[in-house]
Amino acid sequence: MIASRARIFLYSFAALIALAGLTDATYLTVQYLTGETAVCGGSPDCFKVLGSAYAHIGRIPVASLGVLAYFSAFSFATFAAFDYARARKLFVWLVWAMFLATLWFLFVQTFLLHAFCRYCLFSAAIVFLLTGLVVASPTSD
Amino acid sequence: VVAKQYLPFIIVGAVGILTMTSGAVLYRAKRPPVLTLTSDRSATANEGNGSVHIRGPADAPVTLEEFGDFQCPPCGILAGPIKQLETDYPQSLRVIFHHFPLITHQHAQKAACAAESAGLQGKFWEMHDVIYREQSQWSKAPDVQPLFNAYAGILGMNIERFQQDMNSDKVKARVDADQKHATSLGVQTTPTIFINNRAVDPAKLSPDNLRAAVDTAVRTSALGKNPAEKQSAK
Repeated sequence: MIASRARIFLYSFAALIALAGLTDATYLTVQYLTGETAVCGGSPDCFKVLGSAYAHIGRIPVASLGVLAYFSAFSFATFAAFDYARARKLFVWLVWAMFLATLWFLFVQTFLLHAFCRYCLFSAAIVFLLTGLVVASPTSD
Repeated sequence: VVAKQYLPFIIVGAVGILTMTSGAVLYRAKRPPVLTLTSDRSATANEGNGSVHIRGPADAPVTLEEFGDFQCPPCGILAGPIKQLETDYPQSLRVIFHHFPLITHQHAQKAACAAESAGLQGKFWEMHDVIYREQSQWSKAPDVQPLFNAYAGILGMNIERFQQDMNSDKVKARVDADQKHATSLGVQTTPTIFINNRAVDPAKLSPDNLRAAVDTAVRTSALGKNPAEKQSAK
């Protein structure tokens, strides 16, 4: 009973965190699509990162993949909170994939672009928090 | 029990709809308006009085008009490709440059004044090219004056006069006039580029897209179907 309550609390919290990431990624996607990241005068800090070649795969902005990932994380966490066992597994796998992607983006910002975007760092913090929750979650899951 | 069974679906569905809706609303709010220059407000209306910087033949069918900030990296990125376009279309393309130094860039105003001062010695475009080419160097310098003096020297200018002009009211007024003109047209960001009086979508301001837009304008003009003329005809 206590484990079940802890799980509900844990995944509800994870869903809320994923929601914050979803907001961030949606904002970045809109910035990319409106061209704000390709010019000066809009967002002064981030165009070096968001306007770089690493910010899109072909014509698809990486931020939109972030929207997908965070929405999936939110969905899996919500279902997991409602005791869907399969959603718990999917959530764990997704968070680890997001963690690896975040490491890559931090590497790109630090060593290749020598520039940081605060929205990207916020996203990285969220993924680290989600990873921490996954690591801290009961092993019985 | 049934309600609880459907609750996660309802929550996830609601968040999905909310995300798409808020994304669409934000996109509409942030999307810059498509700017169009009317014939009386375009640079060509003032070109007779010598206050406009134009490179290329006067009768070129395609005009690329840029509102730029010398310290803006995307402007610097596009400077080379635009020069290449001028080389590729020597008879069909002319380029017009207006200053729009952003307050967020520490040396942008001074760079604009440097280009204007060079213009007073007949070297505006030469200085324009050097300042863009060397953008990464002077942008980081705490004091840009020695670097701009050096560029003036390389271009064979009178450095003393150049330095005096840079601080003159005449040059500052010229830069301010460009900025006011840009603001009155609704320009907010740099680079803002017009091709035959129609602004290029900021989301499509990559070198490749710009080349494609100029290619299309040149081809269209060759067929005698200038999109700007068609637009005004409507």
